[in-house]
Amino acid sequence: MGEELHDIRLSVNGLVREVRVPARRLLSDALRHDLGLTGTHVGCEHGVCGACTVLVDGRPVRSCLMFAVSAVDCSITTVEGLTEPDGSPEGRLSAVQQAFAECHGLQCGFCTPGFLTTITAGLRDNPAPTEDEAREMIAGNLCRCTGYVNIVKSVLRASQIAEERS
Amino acid sequence: MTTKMFGEPVQRVEDQRFLRGQGHYADDLLVGQQVLQAAVLRSPHAHARIVDIDVSEVLDVEGVHLVWTYDDLTGPMAPTMGEPLPLLIPHPQLTHGRTQYALAKDEVNYVGEAIAFVVADDRYLAEDAVGRIRVTYDFLPPVVGIPAARAAEHLVHDDVPGNVAARLEQANGDARAAIAAAPHTLSLDLEVERSASTPLEGRGTVARWDPDTARLTVWTSTQTSTGVRAAVAAKLGMDLGQVEVVTPDVGGGFGVKINHPWPEELLVPLAARTLRRPVKFIEDRREHFVSAAHERGQVHHVEVGYDDDGRVLGLDVQFWHDNGAYTPYGIVLPIITSTQLLGPYKPGAYRVVFESLYTNTVMCTPYRGAGRPQGCFVMERTMDAIAAALGKDRLEVRSANFIQPDEFPYDHGLIFQDGRQLEYDSGDYPASLAKLRELIGWDEFPAFREEMAREGRRVGIGLACYVEGTGVGPYEGAHVHIETSGKVKIATGLTTQGQGHATAFAQIAADALGVPFESVEVVTGDTRRMPYAVGTFASRAAVMSGSAIHLAALRAREKVLRIAAEALEAAEDDLEIVDGVISVKGTPGGTASIDLGTVAVLSNPLRYAFDEASKAATQFTVGDPGKPPVAEDDEPGLEGKDFYSPDRSTFANGMHAVIVETDPDTAEITILKYAVVHDCGRLINPMIVEGQILGGIAQGVGGALYERMAYDESGQLVNASFMDFLMPYVTEIPAHIDIDHLETPSPLNPLGIKGAGEAGVIPSAAVFASAISDAEGFAITAMPISPSELFGLRRTHASAEPVETKERS
Amino acid sequence: MKPAPFAYLRPQGLQHALEALAADPGAKVLAGGQSLVPLLSMRLAAPSTLVDINALPGLDRVWADDDGVHVGALARHADVLASPDVRRVQPLVSQALSQVAHATIRNRGTTVGSIVHADAAAEMPMVITLLGGSVTVASTAGERTIPAEELYAGPLESTLRHDEVAVHATFPALAPGEGVGFAEVARRHGDYALVGVGAVVRIDGDDVVSARAGYLSVSDVPTVVDLTETWGDHDAAAHRALSALDPADDIHATAAYRAHLVRVLTARVLAAAYDDARTRASAGRDRDDG
Repeated sequence: MGEELHDIRLSVNGLVREVRVPARRLLSDALRHDLGLTGTHVGCEHGVCGACTVLVDGRPVRSCLMFAVSAVDCSITTVEGLTEPDGSPEGRLSAVQQAFAECHGLQCGFCTPGFLTTITAGLRDNPAPTEDEAREMIAGNLCRCTGYVNIVKSVLRASQIAEERS
Repeated sequence: MTTKMFGEPVQRVEDQRFLRGQGHYADDLLVGQQVLQAAVLRSPHAHARIVDIDVSEVLDVEGVHLVWTYDDLTGPMAPTMGEPLPLLIPHPQLTHGRTQYALAKDEVNYVGEAIAFVVADDRYLAEDAVGRIRVTYDFLPPVVGIPAARAAEHLVHDDVPGNVAARLEQANGDARAAIAAAPHTLSLDLEVERSASTPLEGRGTVARWDPDTARLTVWTSTQTSTGVRAAVAAKLGMDLGQVEVVTPDVGGGFGVKINHPWPEELLVPLAARTLRRPVKFIEDRREHFVSAAHERGQVHHVEVGYDDDGRVLGLDVQFWHDNGAYTPYGIVLPIITSTQLLGPYKPGAYRVVFESLYTNTVMCTPYRGAGRPQGCFVMERTMDAIAAALGKDRLEVRSANFIQPDEFPYDHGLIFQDGRQLEYDSGDYPASLAKLRELIGWDEFPAFREEMAREGRRVGIGLACYVEGTGVGPYEGAHVHIETSGKVKIATGLTTQGQGHATAFAQIAADALGVPFESVEVVTGDTRRMPYAVGTFASRAAVMSGSAIHLAALRAREKVLRIAAEALEAAEDDLEIVDGVISVKGTPGGTASIDLGTVAVLSNPLRYAFDEASKAATQFTVGDPGKPPVAEDDEPGLEGKDFYSPDRSTFANGMHAVIVETDPDTAEITILKYAVVHDCGRLINPMIVEGQILGGIAQGVGGALYERMAYDESGQLVNASFMDFLMPYVTEIPAHIDIDHLETPSPLNPLGIKGAGEAGVIPSAAVFASAISDAEGFAITAMPISPSELFGLRRTHASAEPVETKERS
Repeated sequence: MKPAPFAYLRPQGLQHALEALAADPGAKVLAGGQSLVPLLSMRLAAPSTLVDINALPGLDRVWADDDGVHVGALARHADVLASPDVRRVQPLVSQALSQVAHATIRNRGTTVGSIVHADAAAEMPMVITLLGGSVTVASTAGERTIPAEELYAGPLESTLRHDEVAVHATFPALAPGEGVGFAEVARRHGDYALVGVGAVVRIDGDDVVSARAGYLSVSDVPTVVDLTETWGDHDAAAHRALSALDPADDIHATAAYRAHLVRVLTARVLAAAYDDARTRASAGRDRDDG
């Protein structure tokens, strides 16, 4: 006997996508394997590392701690949805993404999507953070490569870039 | 003039895809292509005989395609799968090397050892199936921890007496006699616990079998694609030419992914070939804790004799290394500890002896630093103990023992991990120490300490020095191909886990060839592009592949100039390449110039033109009709290939210092200031080097103050999650780290570079132990240390003045 | 690490949810899921049905009145923490919430869910116990209000029946003369505390009328100790607290260290609560004077 499947609609990066999933399908898996949005990474599947962080109704949330079926009424943004339209097919890097490139805020890149989504929301709420606030903003995400120093710099630089662009 | 790229903090080219979420890590591959997923039944017991495995409840489960146990691996489909996994690095003293089977044969020796392998439609169903397998065990007493292994009341492997895998002794001079004759002596007992690489991405392997061509493609999150390729071909009974291994983007390695082949790296390809479907295994976090590898656990006993200046006259070190249940990586780790322990110092005489011991725990293979952090901890604790005993400044004692700049090359009279002489190539330790003294504010610290004491606060300062053999052999190679578009494609065989190789290597190639950085593209870890390679470990990528790329690019350049000289009717020596255009020196862009793309066209005599430009190379257009189109000593195409294989390692060095605060009430430990002086020879990309150092320091902070593998006496790893294995967040890492560089070039390679990948993590245990000891007034002898442990030590030391170091004279 | 299969319901009304729970003894409520989902993924729990209450209307409210702070079952920690009313009416709630995990977890995790998850190492069960709050629960049989002191039966065990849903929690308002303090020591910022202490001190002029402290991670259930009589005597206060607590060894800390932290933090938090009471009293006087 097969497992019951649920037909659900997920709103991701501004598009409504239909998928058929069992109830136990984690949102992280649905995004990655059903919708092919593999930019969201899975580092621990118990909500500690933050690599899978996506924006749910604008707020950073661990996608490994949500079921896809539970995300039906939400608007979801993944790392693939962070670039800004500039007429090119790929779009331009957002201020946060650009800052990471400038400040060497990433190495292996695996934790990076979770930082990018988290900081995107963080800077929306607090566009000009102090260094301490920048550290607090990323305090729930693990990175094993960078030692965080350049990520903190990236947060502060992103704030500047956003200011320059506006 | 082409801008010189070497030495510039160029932004990384790989970041564009990572930042857009378009990296391709193992679990991102073949998404949407109905790839099957594997899960593994792992032993819940540390030591047991397997009496029976019952898979009957799994076979008829919908969505399950395959269930294997050991018995399924002994058939004709793969003749050697039933044998133990390879012992990768044999050594004459590894008298009792043991490796596990891809699936446990009749005994399990650690919690996490693979017993059964399931392939299903997806990972959820595969885990359901694993849960239905029933195993009957006959329990055996587990051996956990170095004391239990040494006591050998129980054995991990029946046929390994005393649990001793290897015993190795090395000496330079008569250390015991030197100690006996020394005016002062000390003995120290020191201990470092287990930790692990813990990349954010665990292990992962994907395989696709193409039945039409009988070829296998394996993508695996590894630090050695050529190593995996050779192992897969051998184990699956295939010709090497039938197997390709491609390393996708790798979400961190830090050493653990150099071990190979993991059981899954063989089982996944075998399942793909058997099922004729793509198969994927993605290790989850819990599995990574119990079925990958750990490192670091060692216990040391030190005897040292020294003079009134603190100069070490004799040093005798005995230590015991916990290698876990198996030894696939040989005894490289304790060999590194035993040799690199010496750091920048030159003891009068040295003897070291170690035993590598089996325990019923996850095996130990290199984790960033690879045996060096333990050695550094031991040596630096010894230096601090000597300073304390003599009442001397810790810097003074170190200075008295340094190898001096005019003593290089310096031969320690020992054999290093690569079987070669331990001979340092270059360095300037007094200069490094002078910089560090300044950077941390060593001389101002006493005043700071007093100022803090007035506020009721307790602070301490510590330092640690290390030397790191980097860029070990045997070799790496590079292939440079200049396309008719003028673009330069470079392949090197070692793999990348976030070090920015695509950027740093392109910088080297752009300089060597005289082409724009943007026109260079680097591929790593793809056996289709470069089948000869070793791997990424021991801070060797920049030294080995960097040098190989430089050499291969120079070969390509030679050919460019030869063809261009003919085309321009000029002498090769008169030509230069600037921004991809070859012209007579001093007349850039003049009429007598030719671009690289055209040279590439000319390099390959054609019968068939494929575009306008290529007409220039067709047979009625070009060439001397009296000669063969391709000369006897030449070959078509604009390529360069070369290999770099040095006599021995190059030795980077560095010194770290830290100021910590310890809370007098709660014993919490806070980092107030951290400073680094680092010397890895010439810097290819200082931004990347600093990134490596910063990341290493964070891992070092973790290793010193937070992370440990907590095994209980039954061999259960009780903290196998990110909840309880305490990797630092940003909140645990100092906000500012001061870094200064010294650039003492290596004479061993054409670019003067040394490795930088592991540097940041090596002195951490040592530097924090030094600073905490300084704050507390008693010696820290075991790392890592938590507030709870510091609190316990305070009580011990308050009740009885002790004992870590025994002055015997 | 994938959950075992379960049936899933996402009722649009409370009554439906209650019926679903009543119908399946193996059913569990899914609200924020920040504690539940990891347990499911590790297969440490395998409910037959998950009743997802996230679509229920009206349960996400956070409001304050003279009685105190009221938090609906779907109010996320972040919402409660962001509420100026909560901070004003019962500041201990805000102080403790800022120590709950990390911001991302607080964005999804619910305060009421944390209370009924009954983890004695978590902040909110202790806070509601210390403040003498209550939880209102509903089932097909109707609603009832459980006082906090009757809420916890044992480790990770509340006194809610399996067919009951917690619909809101109430934290009593800070009373005149009261001040609060909260402190914890954790291995990493955002981790469960090795020891955490919250305190409410009430003063009358310079005199301490009442001093109560609540403890995290040093007992099986949230534990509150009345320290009024030991006021001013650190050793006596610590002794009294420890006689009600049961610090244990684990991989992060020894029992002795935890006991020591109880002493240190009790003193610190009582002093902070006293200072807070004084500050509020003088601010109140200033307001009255003005």
